[in-house]
Amino acid sequence: MNVAAAGMAPGGGVPVISVKNVTVRFGGIVALDGVEFDIHDGEILGLIGPNGAGKTTLFNCLSRLYTPNEGDVQLHGKTILDQPAHRIAGMGIGRTFQNVASFSNLSVRDNIRVGAHSASKSDPVSDALRLPWVRKGGEAIDANVNELIGWLELEDVADLPVAGLPFGTQKRVELARALATDPKLLLLDEPAGGLNHDEVHELGSLIRKVRDERGVTVLLVEHHMALVMSVSDRVVVMNFGRKIAEGTPEEVQKNPEVVAAYLGGGDA
Amino acid sequence: MATSEENMTGGPAIPRAAAASAKKSGSSLGTIVLAVLVIGAVILPFASKNFFIFQMTQVMVYAIAILGLNLLTGINGQFSLGHGAFYAVGAYTAAILMEMQGVPYGWTIPIAGVLCFVAGFLFGLPALRLEGVYLALATFALAVATPQLLKLSPFEHWTGGVQGIVIIKPDAPFGLDAVLNPDQWLYFFTLVIGLFLYWLARNIVGSRTGRALMAIRDNPIAARSMGVNTAVYKATAFGISAMFTGVAGCLGAIVIQFVAPDSFTFALSVALLVGLVIGGVGWLPGALLGALFIVFIPNVAEDISKGLAGAFYGFFLIAVIYLAPQGAGGLIRSGLARVKRML
Repeated sequence: MNVAAAGMAPGGGVPVISVKNVTVRFGGIVALDGVEFDIHDGEILGLIGPNGAGKTTLFNCLSRLYTPNEGDVQLHGKTILDQPAHRIAGMGIGRTFQNVASFSNLSVRDNIRVGAHSASKSDPVSDALRLPWVRKGGEAIDANVNELIGWLELEDVADLPVAGLPFGTQKRVELARALATDPKLLLLDEPAGGLNHDEVHELGSLIRKVRDERGVTVLLVEHHMALVMSVSDRVVVMNFGRKIAEGTPEEVQKNPEVVAAYLGGGDA
Repeated sequence: MATSEENMTGGPAIPRAAAASAKKSGSSLGTIVLAVLVIGAVILPFASKNFFIFQMTQVMVYAIAILGLNLLTGINGQFSLGHGAFYAVGAYTAAILMEMQGVPYGWTIPIAGVLCFVAGFLFGLPALRLEGVYLALATFALAVATPQLLKLSPFEHWTGGVQGIVIIKPDAPFGLDAVLNPDQWLYFFTLVIGLFLYWLARNIVGSRTGRALMAIRDNPIAARSMGVNTAVYKATAFGISAMFTGVAGCLGAIVIQFVAPDSFTFALSVALLVGLVIGGVGWLPGALLGALFIVFIPNVAEDISKGLAGAFYGFFLIAVIYLAPQGAGGLIRSGLARVKRML
């Protein structure tokens, strides 16, 4: 988007997410070591690093599957660490999974409907008796779901079970499901994994479309360097659990420490 | 459930289309089967002997219990080898309330339902920490403990100990006893309750609650990330499931007119599980087919050979599983898909 965004809040004000001095230890291993960065409203932040750099661990801290040993994660200035994982979607953080985590026996439509779970209400008794407000709530969910099915061009497969669909389509279903939570921030965990060259290219424009058309801030954790460098406004680079660089794609690519980390050199 | 991963990579378009049409016809098939069954079910008690009516009432009772188990195992993905225990709680609720407290039998059903929901929910809470075979073992313990608890002398005043409790068979109310004998009345009574519970089960599966339950079954971590409170939903599924099975137990006690600890052994829990698998895990109408199997096939096996009844029952079981690995539901759906392809 704009190169000048580096290091500044484009919209000003409180960042969408603040990662503050986050440290995670598994036994004696330090998976994350004092990681700090902000994600600002409306930006696409790329998070890269070699295997084992701690990207997925950080990702799981943001979606509350892990709790950091130290540090804080704040959404709009308020900590999310006192919330259980199932509340995170309702707070406005949606996510996709590394190797797609679909509800494989459910149809595409039902997968996306589950995404709307936190944005809707019902209780088992009203559901069992199909009370009038249940039907009304169901219609509201379906309107939302149909819009997403159209937006992501999933009409042809909407009523098929997800299990038999091609991998790329399953990924789009997962994206639709994450968007159905009505997120302010979308966490994408290696979305390019398993996609071919053309599909990666399409994915890039799709990520930008998510930000531009739906106003969703995006954190993109990715191995695929070309994708990250082409869509991100800013990039954070991690290695061995630490942040080693942060800046625009151009800045980061010139950073000697980053070059060393990726070329496997010892001290640059 | 286990096959999902293998299916994931399979891309060819034809099986996918077949699966889709099978799924579609599955739901409309359910409606047709239901309509035919209801009509047949209304005619049946006027065209058969009392003992057969009694047997068919038992089939419906077991179908309700299996429906409950299906909500837990087929829809929510939690295993239970102990549903006989909830069936027993329902049965004893009916017996104790009717014979000791003089409560009319109609009232014992909602009471048993609520009681078993609470029991199931409370059991579901510690069960949250257990998955797959471990949960199966924990529920197995429940099934093994139940008959002995019912025999305990401190409770004998209520449970009747080893002797159990005899219940008086209710007559048809509202002057219907002129038209219906008690067997016919209990048949219709069970039919109406069974249809109501089936309606509830279908509503649940098609609702936001049902989708949350199936999402937990397919991928609990993803379900949590979508905002599903997995702990509450899993415990609730246990409660609802126990409620269905408890109501079945309550009806069963009224129909059989007798409860005793040894009617509710581990064998009952296994029978329900057999009925579930035979009918088709995750397919609600399968409960009826599963119940037909567990009521009638033991008799058929005994007719073939008294000495080898168990062996023949086992043979039938293996034959059905071999011919219909997805249960009756899977067989019917794939059969329908094949017919469609030929047309």
